[in-house]
Amino acid sequence: MSPKTLYDKIWDAHVAHEADDGTCLLYIDRHLVHEVTSPQAFEGLRMTGRKVRAPEKTIAVPDHNVPTTLDRANAKTMTEDSRIQVEALDTNAKEFGLHYYPVSDVRQGIVHIVGPEQGWTLPGMTVVCGDSHTATHGAFGALAHGIGTSEVEHVLATQTLIQKKSKNMKVEITGKLSPGVTAKDITMSVIGVTGTAGGTGYVIEYCGEAIRDLSMEGRMTVCNMAIEGGARAGLIAPDEKTFEYCMGRPHAPKGAQWEAALEWWKTLYSDDDAHWDQVITLKGEDIAPVVTWGTSPEDVLPIDAKVPAASDYKGGKVDAVSRSIEYMGLTEGMALTDIEIDTVFIGSCTNGRIEDLRAAAAILKGKKVKDGLRAMIVPGSGLVRAQAEEEGLADIFKEAGFEWRLAGCSMCLAMNPDQLAPGERCASTSNRNFEGRQGFKGRTHLMSPAMAAAAAITGRLTDIRQLDI
Amino acid sequence: MDKFDKLSGIAAPMPMVNIDTDMIIPKQFLKTIKRSGLGVNLFDEMRFDRDGNEVPDFVLNKPQYREAEILVAGENFGCGSSREHAPWAIKDFGIRCVIAPSFADIFYNNCFKNGILPIALPQEQVDVLMKDAEKGSNARIEIDLEAQTITSSDGEVIRFDVDSFKKHCLMNGLDDIGLTMEKAASIDSFEATASQSRPWV
Ligand code: SF4
Repeated sequence: MSPKTLYDKIWDAHVAHEADDGTCLLYIDRHLVHEVTSPQAFEGLRMTGRKVRAPEKTIAVPDHNVPTTLDRANAKTMTEDSRIQVEALDTNAKEFGLHYYPVSDVRQGIVHIVGPEQGWTLPGMTVVCGDSHTATHGAFGALAHGIGTSEVEHVLATQTLIQKKSKNMKVEITGKLSPGVTAKDITMSVIGVTGTAGGTGYVIEYCGEAIRDLSMEGRMTVCNMAIEGGARAGLIAPDEKTFEYCMGRPHAPKGAQWEAALEWWKTLYSDDDAHWDQVITLKGEDIAPVVTWGTSPEDVLPIDAKVPAASDYKGGKVDAVSRSIEYMGLTEGMALTDIEIDTVFIGSCTNGRIEDLRAAAAILKGKKVKDGLRAMIVPGSGLVRAQAEEEGLADIFKEAGFEWRLAGCSMCLAMNPDQLAPGERCASTSNRNFEGRQGFKGRTHLMSPAMAAAAAITGRLTDIRQLDI
Repeated sequence: MDKFDKLSGIAAPMPMVNIDTDMIIPKQFLKTIKRSGLGVNLFDEMRFDRDGNEVPDFVLNKPQYREAEILVAGENFGCGSSREHAPWAIKDFGIRCVIAPSFADIFYNNCFKNGILPIALPQEQVDVLMKDAEKGSNARIEIDLEAQTITSSDGEVIRFDVDSFKKHCLMNGLDDIGLTMEKAASIDSFEATASQSRPWV
């Protein structure tokens, strides 16, 4: 047999039909659904009299719109149109018989955190969701990617997706990371190298010692942002850490089925002589704690760098950089650590897991948020929130002056009331710094949870390595 | 789905790179449960000021581009989220074709599901069409999907590539789901085999 990449193996195991021109029907093992990108798809089913083919493989959870304030049980905190969307999901989940985690359920949270937590996401699966950050699930060695609403409808009706195979890209991070450098810094640094379009047409497999050393939480952070590099999906081969994470989860296999699954999962790696269409290698020790300065995730620099000049760039990027600098209210050549912030947001499907909250708490313990700063922590799920309370992290956050919220997407995309005001500047652990992403004319700097916590204390972008703690 | 075969229309130039889905349709307009009516919100934060007044400099607000049916843009068009609201808004505004050096993957696929033709061309050819588009309403660009050609207002003919299956569906306005359902037997047999080999799924 010819050598295969991990992607090749998962792909081959899911082709239900292949046409002469290479167009395939890829079978989907798990379909995750949220309230924003699904209503039109369910409506489509109703209009054509179609059913959900595999409701037992379809999982629904509201996350994008839901308020994260403690009074959210009181629907008055939701705008009318948000409420309609959440209610539509509620109706659709019940009517079509899906697995459903409503707002009132402690297991509710961001769909990409709930899936792995509940054991829905397992190695070797195909996972899709009408959401680009579905790439997160690739951390388990699952082929996971975002789809549009028409495709959501297609998967609901047929449990397949019409696909052509992508190319294989290997991103290897060798050696060890330096102190203060995290999974977020890895994934952002990779985008700094590839650009936001560098991954287009590829599925990326992340590998190398620095990736193997990451926890499952860290691996999810890395894969989460594969889409910011333009890739269809990001993958990490499953290993003992993966199996340990999955074992005992509510929807993971048990007993003999667990053993059978494990046997297959252990074959899920790229063969030594597999063909790669592109290879990128970064040394772990060369990666610094990074932040974004502009309005594209590729605008990444080490925290000890300076805001670049438009003249450092070529082509269409020259105008884009001037526009970004103006939008962000910065000046060329200023030190990134001189940038003062108004707000800190810790959360999202990139960094809303327990490990992220532990990292933030380690910095914030016994410290206070800088006067006048708005700071909030939004756990990625109700279970993450409960665990953080049990571990005493919540007390650290509250004592430091952070708001301690309920689970949801929150200020990652500001569809609920958690928004930046025009000109307000935020240190954020989310994944997108586009214009207006966190609120009209809001300004976003992306970074790791530890860096965001450090910024909360000092009131400006801060080099975690310089922070005296 | 609407068919797409030929189009002769005004092209609006948007030479920015990395035009993302948050620019195309900001999140406050994602709270709809319908597919229609999003055209008025297309490029909202660039097209209107906070008070809802038009920004006169924005290309689609200029008199010569209000009727544009083609958009010529910089590389990596449509990057960001999977929201199909982006092509819905583009289509609802009246744009049927987007030409750029490259597109983000999900956006590109979403276009075909909505009767929009995305065309990726080398930068030099996009530059030619961008110049053409800058001439305003006097310059009509012609697109022929069957022949896979674009004809500029000067008569220059540019060929483009498109996946044969996607072309077929777009030209005939075919519903993907209907086509897939014709292959139900393959899906059934896949499911039967997989339930044996991977029963935990
Ligand atoms: S947390 Fe942000 S990126 Fe993740 S699913 Fe929610 S909105 Fe999307």
